[in-house]
Parts: sequence; structure tokens; C-alpha cells
Amino acid sequence: MVKKTAFYLLLSVVLAYCAGPIIWQILTSVKPDQELARIPPLVTSHPTAAHYIAVFSGYPFMRIILNSAIVALSTTILSLAAGSACAFGLAKLRVRYKSLVLAFVLSVSMFPPIATVSPLYLIIRFLGLRDTLYALIITYTTFSLPLCIWIITNFFRSVPDEIYRAARIDGCGPWRIYYLIMLPLSLPALFTAAILVFIFSWNEFLFALTFTATASSRTIPVAIALFPGLHEIPWGDIAAASVTVTVPVILLALAFQRRIVEGLTSGAVRG
Amino acid sequence: MAEISLVNLSKHFKDVEVIQGLELVINEGEFFTFVGPSGCGKSTLLNMIAGLEQPTGGSIRFDGSPVERFSPKERDVAMVFQSYALYPHLSVYENLAFPLRMRKKGKEEIDGEVRRVAGLLGLDDLLSRKPKQLSGGQRQRVALGRAIIRRPRVFLMDEPLSNLDALLRVDMRAELKKLHRELKITTVYVTHDQAEALSLSDRIAVLYQGAIQQCGTPHEVYLEPANRYVAGFIGSPPMNFVPCRYAEGKNRLDCGGIGLKKRVRLSENGRAVMGIRPEFVRVSGRKTKGSIRVQVTMVEPAGSFNWVDFYLGEVEMKGTGAVNEDLGAGSPAFMSFPESKALYFDPDTGKRL
Repeated sequence: MVKKTAFYLLLSVVLAYCAGPIIWQILTSVKPDQELARIPPLVTSHPTAAHYIAVFSGYPFMRIILNSAIVALSTTILSLAAGSACAFGLAKLRVRYKSLVLAFVLSVSMFPPIATVSPLYLIIRFLGLRDTLYALIITYTTFSLPLCIWIITNFFRSVPDEIYRAARIDGCGPWRIYYLIMLPLSLPALFTAAILVFIFSWNEFLFALTFTATASSRTIPVAIALFPGLHEIPWGDIAAASVTVTVPVILLALAFQRRIVEGLTSGAVRG
Repeated sequence: MAEISLVNLSKHFKDVEVIQGLELVINEGEFFTFVGPSGCGKSTLLNMIAGLEQPTGGSIRFDGSPVERFSPKERDVAMVFQSYALYPHLSVYENLAFPLRMRKKGKEEIDGEVRRVAGLLGLDDLLSRKPKQLSGGQRQRVALGRAIIRRPRVFLMDEPLSNLDALLRVDMRAELKKLHRELKITTVYVTHDQAEALSLSDRIAVLYQGAIQQCGTPHEVYLEPANRYVAGFIGSPPMNFVPCRYAEGKNRLDCGGIGLKKRVRLSENGRAVMGIRPEFVRVSGRKTKGSIRVQVTMVEPAGSFNWVDFYLGEVEMKGTGAVNEDLGAGSPAFMSFPESKALYFDPDTGKRL
């Protein structure tokens, strides 16, 4: 009995810690302006959709969501394509210095973004890609590749070598083994990598802020941060926008939840 | 179908010599087995014949033409693996069809071949299942089917039966033999199980430390082993070995108290190792002519007879006893064997004398 109480107590603490800010945000998004600053942030008695309407009428918000979607989807596809091909080489082909390559790949993601943002800005400007979606897609792909390569390499490694050899005997070259055998077998890992990359690209702020200048290439996090307020910060609109753009990510994560767990734990427990 | 010849074939990984200067001809249509303990290089050898690994020296020839630069596909070999290596995401039908699809065969031809092979192996009702819905024996059959479906020149099998349980293994053994008789495809089989090698093969090569110790028919390697290693490896339970010394003057060999007629040339110091298979050694409670007294340590019933462990002086040996003999641990007994069945080996080199 005590054990059970303690369990639920702990559970609610964790839940409050994790979900608290999100709930606060949702509550804020439906409050009339005058109630916004009230502490504690209780449920309002006069719920309003004004902020949501404002978000979609006052700003080019559809355009911005579209930008984010293009950037996130392109990044995901590029990362998966390049990452899985690279992982195939590292996991199954005869490549020298594999562990060195893997360590090097990982080192890319060790630099804090703030350290690389200035040189990257110069490169982007030199290439004439400033204020375009390409700037973001290229940078995001670069930074999400290490994660992709690591997740997929580990999964590919767990595919028995004998299956790889059987495919060679049956007449496959490396390329056909890659897309006829390895990719279909590795769907859980691909889903995991895809969703992590997608969320990263959807939420990224620093590069997006630096490389974009106008609404034509702005992505959601930057756009929300730059919501213009006349005399004050439009907290209600920000909350409404945040909630709106969080929904697709949550839906995506829920839809693929089982796959993700499979992907993250594969290799740890062999079925 | 092809004749395979291995010419001065060698393979080393970094500093480790796995196969050293191997010479062998596997005849067309033959069922040939490499048998040896794990780590003797037999799988490496098979992978080199398959084209999955490159030899470091020497040549592999199919019907006289060198193939070591060819891919497995170009060599036209098929292989069955120990873990079956079925494609888990494909149905049995697709697994069987896979090698044909890779060779761009027509839809109808593929369908016909899949049904033919499925019929041959009794897989007709399982075609729509996924590999994980099959039992071990069924998976084994699918793996076999995938190998035979495209009628390869050479059929390679890497311990294909060792993941099956004992009963099924014996069944599949018979089935393999039947299949080989029907298809007559040159088959190279690798196993560590000497009983499997004996029962399946036309010829056997005993492989140890990267070299062929002996190559011959099952009868030859069993009855006329070339050296002490082969003698000990082939046959179960393994052969008994007794150190012998030449008894000066009597012109006889003293083998732990047994006097045997000297039939072989001994090494210079007059020593030898006598080998006798347990199935030739008779242990009995009654003394007979020429038998010698031993101490029984254990009796294992084997159904129609008993395996009897005993000490001949210091040497532990195994023999057979009749079921009605009523021998037990500790009981005194008498051992004898036909002198003609005894084999002699050089104590230093292990070579047959």
C-alpha cells in the first residue's frame, strides 16, 4: 500500500515536472489578455480563441509552418538517405578504420552550435544561400547526420552477417543488399532516426535565427520569438502559436511510439 | 555441376595462418565433407570456395578454370548456413524466389520453380508464412530450397544441421542424402560432427590446424586413419590409445601389460602408441584365452550392449560388454581385443606406423 502510494506520488511529481510547462502554455493560449499574468495560472472562466485567430490572421503563419515543414522533411529525408548509406558501409562492408570514422562523425556533433554559427554564416553568405531554406536544410542535415549514422549503424550491425552473406550468394551486390535487405529490416531504426531528426529540425532556433532574415524563409521557433508586440510581449499569441506547432510533433511521436522504443532498445535485447 | 580443384590454396588473417598450401580435387557430383574441430579453418575454406572471402595464395578452379576473381554470383554457387539466414521480412515464397528474382527470371518461371521446390521439400502449405512463424526444421527446409532452386554448379553447406535437435538432425541427414542423390550437384559440406560426416559423404577430408590430415572415403578414414589425430577424431566414443614399448628378446610389443606381435617398424627408441577402437574391445567377467585383468570404473548401458570404462594399468580405456554380463564399477573383469584391429602410431609425430 505504502509502496503504491509512493509510486503514484513520484509519478505525479515527474508528470508535473514534464507536462507542467506544456499545460501552462495551453492554459495561457485560451486566456483573455487581462488574465495572462495571473499566478497561479489556473483555468480561466472565460476561454477565448482570440489568440489562435490572431496568430493565423495577424502573421504569415501558414507560410512559416510550410517553411518549417519543408525544412524538417527535407532534412529528415536527406539525413536518412545519406546516414543509412554511410551506416551500411560502416556496419557491413570492409572499411578501414571504422571506429575512427565513427568517432570522427560523432565529434561533429560535439561542437556547441554557438561556436560554429559565425563561420557557418560566412560560408552560407559566400554561397549566396542567406535567407533561403537551403541554408537551413544543409546545416541541419550536417548536424543530424552523426545521430542518424550512429543509430542506424548499430541497428545494421545487429543484422546477422550470415543474412548479408546469403544475399551475396543469392546474387546481390552491395547496393541491392542495402535496399532489398537492410533497409526493410531496419524500419524501426529508420523511424527512430527520422523522428529525432524531424523534431530537431522543427525546433532548431539559433541557426534559423542567424541564417534567415524575412518571413519567406523564417521557421516556426524564430517566427514565434520575433512576434512583434506593440507595447508588450504578446504572450497569448505566442502560447497559441506554440501549441499549434507542438501538436503535429506530439501526434508524430505518438503514432510511431512503439517503433521508436523498438529502435532505441534494439541490440540491447535480442528477440 | 562442377569439379572443384584447390591448388596450393592458403589464407592468412594478419599473422594467423588459417589454411596452408592446400591441395585437393573434389569430383563432379561428389558429396564431399570437410570435418574438423572449431577453428580448424573449415568455414574459411568454404567461404573461399563460395567467393565470400579471398584466398591469400593459390588458386580455386571450377572445371579447370580459375574462379578466385569471381563474385559468388559469377561462380554460380548456392549456400546453406548454420543459422539458415532466411530473410526475416520476406515470406517463404519470396525467400525461395529471391535468388531467381536476382537473376531476372520471368514471373511464370519463378512461380513454377518455387512450387516445384516447395513440393520437393514439403513446403507447399507454408509459402505465405514468415520465417519466424516456422519451426527449426521448416526453416532449414526453406534454406535448402532457396539453395537448390536455381540449380547451382556447386552446393555449399556450412554446418546446416547443427541448430536442429538430435532427432530432426538424423531425419534431415537422410533427406540431404536423398536430395543429393536426386540432384547430383557437387556438394561441399562442412561440419564438426564426425558422425554426420561419415553418414553423408562420398569422401571426407579431416581438417586440423589448416591442413588436411587425411582425405578418403568414410571407411578409409575410419578403418585406416593416417595419423593419431584422425584416429582420435573420427569415431565415437573415441579410440583408445595405449603407450607401447618394444620388449627386447621376445620380439613382442608390451602395451600396458598386453603382449602383442610386432607388425610395424618402430621409431628408433622402440616406442609406439597402440590404438584400438572401443567397439573392438571386449570386456567380460570371465577370463578367456589371451584376456587381461582390468579394473572397471563405470558402465554405461547403450541398449543392446554396455560401454565399459576401465583402467589398464594407468591408462583409462573404453570397451564394450554384453548386457547380461552384470559388470559394475569396481568389479574385476577381463579385457581382450583382436590383435588385427590394433593400429600403431609414432609417439612423437603421431604418424601411422
